[in-house]
Amino acid sequence: MSEVKKFRLTCIVCPLGCTVEVTMEGDRITGVEGFTCPRGKDYAIQEIREPKRIVMSVVKVRGGRFPTVAVKSDRPVPKELIPEIMKKLAEVEVEAPVSVGQVIVENVLGTGANIVATREV
Amino acid sequence: MRSEYDVVVIGGGPAGLAAAIKAKELGLNVLLIESREFLGGIPMQCVHPGFGIHYFKEDLTGTEFIHRIIERFRELDIEYYTNAHVLEVAPYSYRHKILRIVTEEGLFEVAAKTVIYAAGARERHMFEIGITGHRVAGIYTAGEAQTMMDIYGVMPGKEIVIVGSGDVGLIMARRFTLEGAKVKAVIELMPYPGGLTRNVVQCLEDFGIPLYLSHAVTRVEGKRRVERVIVTKVDEKLRPIPGTEESIECDTVVLAAGLVPYLKVIEKAGVEIDPVTRGPVVNSYLETSVPGIFVAGNALVINDLVDYVVEQGEEAAMGAYEFVKNGGLPALKWRKLVKGRNIRLAVPHYLADTKDVTIYARVGEPEENVRLRFPEIGKEIRLPFVKPSEMIRVKLKREEIARAKDRITMEVVRDE
Repeated sequence: MSEVKKFRLTCIVCPLGCTVEVTMEGDRITGVEGFTCPRGKDYAIQEIREPKRIVMSVVKVRGGRFPTVAVKSDRPVPKELIPEIMKKLAEVEVEAPVSVGQVIVENVLGTGANIVATREV
Repeated sequence: MRSEYDVVVIGGGPAGLAAAIKAKELGLNVLLIESREFLGGIPMQCVHPGFGIHYFKEDLTGTEFIHRIIERFRELDIEYYTNAHVLEVAPYSYRHKILRIVTEEGLFEVAAKTVIYAAGARERHMFEIGITGHRVAGIYTAGEAQTMMDIYGVMPGKEIVIVGSGDVGLIMARRFTLEGAKVKAVIELMPYPGGLTRNVVQCLEDFGIPLYLSHAVTRVEGKRRVERVIVTKVDEKLRPIPGTEESIECDTVVLAAGLVPYLKVIEKAGVEIDPVTRGPVVNSYLETSVPGIFVAGNALVINDLVDYVVEQGEEAAMGAYEFVKNGGLPALKWRKLVKGRNIRLAVPHYLADTKDVTIYARVGEPEENVRLRFPEIGKEIRLPFVKPSEMIRVKLKREEIARAKDRITMEVVRDE
């Protein structure tokens, strides 16, 4: 018999902030309760298995109107990789002009996510 | 610059841009004045997501959201000035206002049939929230710190204490941490966090940042730069409790202690002000007590979502259009919106049955399982919960407004 563990999380998908309880037996998720929408359920399962977040920052720009351009990952990345991604982004420098949606770093740290510009410079 | 406009928009943030776009689409000639060196306002420095879920049906960052609005503004070829200030709006006659504007090219006077004031809000500073001590380097408002970091690429400090746990304070705590600063604590006066639970989770708990509830920063100490802050527990009446002082070493204090509508220019034009919203008193066309001066966005009322700000900009533009077309607004009879049980603030203040209206309101106390009632017009809406931090947005149809004689009460009652 594997050990039964319960995790309480606050869903961060939308402003409601539902409390979701996930029950695990060993490695198996056996119950998810407290969510009000399917996205909440998916979030809770994802959060237990492999928590992910969108990462956002600014990187240096040469020759632009602003010295920085705002960027984000175009999909959520594993939470534990975020500090490493931030360190990588601190070294990046791009040349103006930069347009919104332009890929700044492709497949960052092999996560499958691209870092894209979210501001025009 | 022409010498006369149908509408001059003051402020190039989301409310002002949306107002200018709508006014231009309605066929008015428009001038927009922005005091910063670029268009876009505060979303230009918001690199985090959470914008545009209602308006664009997509989760965008602030920068992406405002980019879409600016692109539309550019397509319409609207006349605008950046680095420009409106010194004065003088109501010259019912149909004309004279504006004195300083630009890089000099001082201009223009006449406008209508003015849409969308200059946003200012941040509360340390003098307003009872922080004593040294006026040393290293004290910033959240907006200043955000501009430094996310537009000009300069970190405001290394060890930071944030005052205020509204969404602004929480999001800044995450930004500083991601950029390599140490956020030593977030200090909140109230016994509960000011921002959304999901932001407490993803901005503080994700990074192990301590949140001090029922605490106040009472003193800042340092010689040339901030060296520490003194944090004190507060009682139920929010008074510091002597003997509970604690010192936190830091080099930077960031104030995220709320916003106040910024009204300097139109205050001088004589608009009536609501002491609760601290913004102007308006009717359902978002016209102030000075005919032809409209207001939108955080200059009207502090909003939760940029989507509401844009909506108000468009609404003010439609009001300006009616004013220009008819030489005044078409409404003759105004019904006062009266704040009933557990309604702390509500705008607009006066409603007419000539158009549908969107009401933005906040409650005073959190409650669960309630009904929002408008007894005079027989309208009721069930709400699972209400919280002071979350704005209520509700639409009334013109037929509904017509049912009331001279007042419409808005109240929150318990669902029996």
